[in-house]
Amino acid sequence: MTVLELAKQLNLEMVTEGEAAEREIHGVYCCDLLSIVMGRAKADDAWITVMGNINAVAVAVLADVACIILSENMGLDEESIQKAKEQDVCVLKSELPTFELSRKIADICSL
Amino acid sequence: MENLIKLSYEVDGEDFTRAGEASASVKKSLRKLGVPPDVIRKVAIALYEGEINMVIHAEGGVIDVEISPEHVTMVLRDHGKGIADVEKAMQEGYSTAPDEVRSLGFGAGMGLPNMKKYSDEMTIDSTVGVGTTVSMTVYIQ
Repeated sequence: MTVLELAKQLNLEMVTEGEAAEREIHGVYCCDLLSIVMGRAKADDAWITVMGNINAVAVAVLADVACIILSENMGLDEESIQKAKEQDVCVLKSELPTFELSRKIADICSL
Repeated sequence: MENLIKLSYEVDGEDFTRAGEASASVKKSLRKLGVPPDVIRKVAIALYEGEINMVIHAEGGVIDVEISPEHVTMVLRDHGKGIADVEKAMQEGYSTAPDEVRSLGFGAGMGLPNMKKYSDEMTIDSTVGVGTTVSMTVYIQ
């Protein structure tokens, strides 16, 4: 399933679109510590985190995740939004906590 | 030595948000050279962790990168406080990063272990009060 399809199905708020229409989700990864994410998230994972800052955008690019999903209604500041746009990173947002969100994504994507 | 590309970067010790510029630039160069994505990922992660370390612990420094057809060599030099116990610093989870750094999502004690994990060779030369030089090599073939 593409990031865009997932966003529609779960009614996720699109903060930046990036490559949402093209990127397929092959897994989910949940963690807020960036060094752990960098080392362990796989390419094409949907990465769920509360860490909405510019470094998270850089980590998303490095780890080549399919998208960042900010849980618990966490926001992204303007500078980070600009960075995400420049780097074609899709950032989504939801009021759900990380566990609920990952459970729903796993169901919808049959993971 | 033919076919050697040399790149050099200054890491600004003040600015957390700019950390990653060297990594992004090297990544772009490697992509243009047609280096395999898994090799690029290794270089990019190892270098980004190095940059972050230089910002957190050493008030910046200089990074020299050499790209040959066989490998990517990265040398990160700083004049920071140095690492008192390198063996301990290499342990996953060991961190001396301050709280404000942790609130940004770093300081998990994974920096040096990740650098070791993603480089094929790594050496650390550090003297307390003088600075640290980390050399990393990633093989392309």
